[in-house]
Amino acid sequence: MSLNRRDFLKSSAAVAAASAVGIAIPQEAQAKAKEAESDWRWDKAACRFCGTGCGIMLATKEGRIVAVKGDPAAPVNRGLNCIKGYFNAKIMYGADRLKTPLLRMNDKGEFDKHGKFKPVSWQRAFDEMETHAKKALKASGPEGVAVFASGQYTVMEGYAAQKMMKAGFRSNAIDPNARHCMASAVVGFYQTFGIDEPSGCYDDIEITDTIVTWGSNMAEMHPILWSRVTDRKLSNPDKVKVVNIQTYTHRTCDLGDFNIIFSPNTDLALWNYIAHEIVFNHPEAIDWDFVKENIIFTAGPTNIGYGMRRAGEKSLKDGKYTAKEMETISKEMEKKISAKEAPALAPYGYKEGDTMKNTAGTLKHWKISFEEYKKSLEPFTLDYVAKIAKGDPNESLESFKKKLQDLVALYVEKGRKVVSFWTMGMNQHTRGTWVNTLSYNVHFLLNKQALPGNGAFSLTGQPSACGTAREVGTFCHRYPADLMVKNPKHRAKVEKIWSLPAGTLNPVGNQHIMKIHRDIEDGVVKFAWVNVCNAYQDSASASHWIKAAREMDNFIVTSDGYPGISAMVSDLVLPSAMIYEKWGAYGNAERRTQHWRQQVLPVGDAMSDTWQWMEFSKRFTVKDLWGPYTLRNGKKLADVRADAKKLGYNDDTSMYDIIYANKGKKYKIDMNKFPQKGYDNSECIGDSRNVKGGDGKVFKGYNFMVHEYLFEEYASFGRGHGHDLAPFEVYHKVRGLKWPVVDGKETQWRFNVKYDPYAAKAVKKSGSKSTHAFYGPLAKNILQGTLTGPDKKLGKYALPNKAKIFARPYMDPPEMPDENYDTWLCTGRVLEHWHSGTMTMRVPELFRAVPEALCYMHPKDAKAKGLKRGELAWVESRRGKVKARVETRGRNRPPQGLVFVPWFDEKVFINKVCLDATCPMSKQTDYKKCAVKITKA
Amino acid sequence: MANSDNNRRKFMATTLQSVGLTALGGMLWSGYCDEAKASPLVLRPPGALPEEQFLDACIKCGLCAEACVNRESNKNRDGTQREGTIKMAKGGDHRLIGTPYFIPTEVPCYMCDDIPCVPVCPSGALDMKSLLNEKKELDINKAEMGLAIVHKESCVAYWGLQCDACYRACPLLDEALTLDYQKNERTGKHAFLLPVVHSDICTGCGLCEKACITEKPAIFVLPREHSMGKAGDHYVKGWDKKDQQRAGNRKLDEIETHDERSQKTPSDYLNREIEY
Repeated sequence: MSLNRRDFLKSSAAVAAASAVGIAIPQEAQAKAKEAESDWRWDKAACRFCGTGCGIMLATKEGRIVAVKGDPAAPVNRGLNCIKGYFNAKIMYGADRLKTPLLRMNDKGEFDKHGKFKPVSWQRAFDEMETHAKKALKASGPEGVAVFASGQYTVMEGYAAQKMMKAGFRSNAIDPNARHCMASAVVGFYQTFGIDEPSGCYDDIEITDTIVTWGSNMAEMHPILWSRVTDRKLSNPDKVKVVNIQTYTHRTCDLGDFNIIFSPNTDLALWNYIAHEIVFNHPEAIDWDFVKENIIFTAGPTNIGYGMRRAGEKSLKDGKYTAKEMETISKEMEKKISAKEAPALAPYGYKEGDTMKNTAGTLKHWKISFEEYKKSLEPFTLDYVAKIAKGDPNESLESFKKKLQDLVALYVEKGRKVVSFWTMGMNQHTRGTWVNTLSYNVHFLLNKQALPGNGAFSLTGQPSACGTAREVGTFCHRYPADLMVKNPKHRAKVEKIWSLPAGTLNPVGNQHIMKIHRDIEDGVVKFAWVNVCNAYQDSASASHWIKAAREMDNFIVTSDGYPGISAMVSDLVLPSAMIYEKWGAYGNAERRTQHWRQQVLPVGDAMSDTWQWMEFSKRFTVKDLWGPYTLRNGKKLADVRADAKKLGYNDDTSMYDIIYANKGKKYKIDMNKFPQKGYDNSECIGDSRNVKGGDGKVFKGYNFMVHEYLFEEYASFGRGHGHDLAPFEVYHKVRGLKWPVVDGKETQWRFNVKYDPYAAKAVKKSGSKSTHAFYGPLAKNILQGTLTGPDKKLGKYALPNKAKIFARPYMDPPEMPDENYDTWLCTGRVLEHWHSGTMTMRVPELFRAVPEALCYMHPKDAKAKGLKRGELAWVESRRGKVKARVETRGRNRPPQGLVFVPWFDEKVFINKVCLDATCPMSKQTDYKKCAVKITKA
Repeated sequence: MANSDNNRRKFMATTLQSVGLTALGGMLWSGYCDEAKASPLVLRPPGALPEEQFLDACIKCGLCAEACVNRESNKNRDGTQREGTIKMAKGGDHRLIGTPYFIPTEVPCYMCDDIPCVPVCPSGALDMKSLLNEKKELDINKAEMGLAIVHKESCVAYWGLQCDACYRACPLLDEALTLDYQKNERTGKHAFLLPVVHSDICTGCGLCEKACITEKPAIFVLPREHSMGKAGDHYVKGWDKKDQQRAGNRKLDEIETHDERSQKTPSDYLNREIEY
């Protein structure tokens, strides 16, 4: 029977419509529709892109993904998608997918750093990796082997990678690109709540009366959530208010009742202004019952630098940084207090013109009195804040002041629910941790946190920045479930779960992502592996890292689906299975964990990153990795080979057995059982491609349920400790669950006794009558003192179940516009493209829509620099320059003095221009601020 | 400069090739006119006279296309030239050969502020006067190259997806193209953000059509006479004071209506007798 397309559409639409309203339809029509769709298999998955975490359904036919639809049952998106989600079915099918390993070789077929990429077998690829990793270990110890990890790892990949790195190589030099996107939010959560991740959830949107966005272009970066915000506004336009607080006008501002355009970095002053108004002018708005029961006041040092390179580091001594670069880097060591920041720093004992000597960033903080906190707020009057924070030179001071007052009125209004959302504006910030904690200050004072419709909520950028990078802990300083590398008790716990000899784990976890780049430049890291990210396009001061990779004695490997900048910079490129070519799980910004099954076989010889880690682990034995080491700082890692024997290992036991197989074996393959039945499983049973593995033989599978094993072992860390996840199988039946999942129920509002069983338990245990319990365990026993420092004589203060309000001032960023570099540069994304564009630039429709990154600027600035719309301009900083086309109209409308250039376009390589200054506490790069000059190209 | 002269020569050569044997004179042109008639949906550069007058006035010199391709803003980052917006019709283009036109999905009009293509027109086929604003300055926002139309069934924003790629691409964002916000009753918690084109402001530059992410653009530009309807000017919106401007130019000699029913004079009609 033939059925043309129109007939097909008609009959399947009729079936859908009819079944939706429960009408019985003629058997014949039903049969026809079934036949047409019968060879389409639909299965659920999560969208590949942002941290929103939309649910999708994928249709496969003859081993290829043929269609995608929004999952109508998914609570986040209810069947909708944005335009990146719309293309999920196409992202794996660009014509230039990597299909085989590629190695730089000379004509004799030997590895040659200056050779051309030529195809090699997986076996040869792992041979080279083994050789160079062993070389790096010999030269630098565990600190010489590094991984650029990812917030786009599946949960299982992230767990597999970090376990081999930290337990196998005893190296903590694994850090994700998520460091660049939400590390400041994490440290904010740690310091404030003692545990990572938001208290609220997306349901807040439908419940709240006020949405305030801070440094977030939610309309482009979280489109589905933005459509929920829009719906909320439409549902009660007079009551529901939307305010956007940004450094330039963008798409999100379209919906604003009013928009505040502020001068970069002064969000610190704005939050303090709101707190100042509450404390000094609206004390009646403070919920003292809540505050006294649940909150303490704290302060920390201000002279913490800007996370740049410090004096004495090898590459600085070697003169790898120009005099111009040093103009900025010198501020890392000391700086002069400016007129702009002096009033804010006065309570900390500084005045204008003073030299502030900086020490390296520290997380230290101590308890202070409310009076001390109040003293820190004193400078943040309307006059001072309006003067330093007004970001649009063409706006009047009166208009700006009025908006600030209106903003305060919304926050303090009794009974008005307020959600503060932020994304990269507050995270990519040299005081990112500070500004994150300042947001909670305001919500805490008003008792508008961890309540339905009330709370400060960090929106996450990447699809599994929460689920993998943070929850699994693929950072240099942490393990799963908020366990910390530097805490000996935590290490002991991890060693126990991982069946490692005591003392195996390395206690020094300081190689965050910028440190890995810097360590490569310093010649310490000699082997680096890029996983599920584009570390050489996404890092600021990019030219330094590329030069180090290409010119120094090291070996860089990139695993990816498509060739990009990182692959081009590498010595070896590995073809990775992409998202729906493997089993996986992501965790979104509202703590929702979502799983999917392998839908199709990978293209060519591509294999998943999990498989690559497992094959790689077979190359190393106890005697290779578990001997003694002396770290750079002189600390010793013990020789644990003898103790390994007590655990039943011998010198030749492979890491594959210890890290993966020994425990994994009990998770059985059962192809007759849900959820395995009917689905490919390349790692576990091999597949029809007969890819030759690391040993040169056809790979037939590891013969255990790798994905379930990795997930269940990871989940065991958090169960019973506030991070509870449901069993593996459950996630294949539901549309995700928000952890902690206790007794099968997800948690909407954490720390709230009414909604969070852990909070209820804590209150019951303490016997208090509190509505909340901020039970996070980190930094809950601290020194006491004043704004200027702790006083050890006062002893330590324990604060179980309490959260913290921090005194933290406004400070200038290290690089600001001056006479030579007169313009602020801000970078970011556009809706059409994901990150460095390796996937979305290969979707023809998206490429056509936005083929190049533009330099958005104010028409008056363009005119003053002799530039017309569409002309090419140099965007030049102390570090480098790129050519970009000028746009003075359209979606992004910067005020005079600021330009915005997105970073997706490798041809407009804006990270060569950006500064690698970070929040010195979170180590997250500030991509939003550096000084540039714009000239005609 | 040498490079630019070279480009110019190359450009002229190809233009001449495509224009063909202009020198052979008008006789030849009539033979190609069918090609133009076969495809009236052609988009002309800014300031073009109405199509028929344009075809009479255009001397097919190619100066507009040359100005377009040679403009400073049309360089690639390596200094080479990009393809210009304005093409000169060649045989097989199904447009009157030698006349300038553009295809938005290939290269849209970027709406240059100084409109380099128009002042160079020697014949007035591209009419500078039509592009002058109140201050008598050239103003590209006055251009009426065409009008964008949204095909709602294929526009994913009308499905509820979050797109607005056309809106973000519009050089007259929030003027020529606005978003209509509506509740999505099916999901109960999302909103539609629907693109709506305003014909009084849309210039027909085609950036929206180029940016549209559907397989075949759901928003596309047609010449204004083909993309606009027209309400009767005998009716004025009672709620819109400005609407009389639309209706105000009724010609008095066209007030009388004619149709089949009114064909006969009253007496002819009445004298017909009725059948019974």
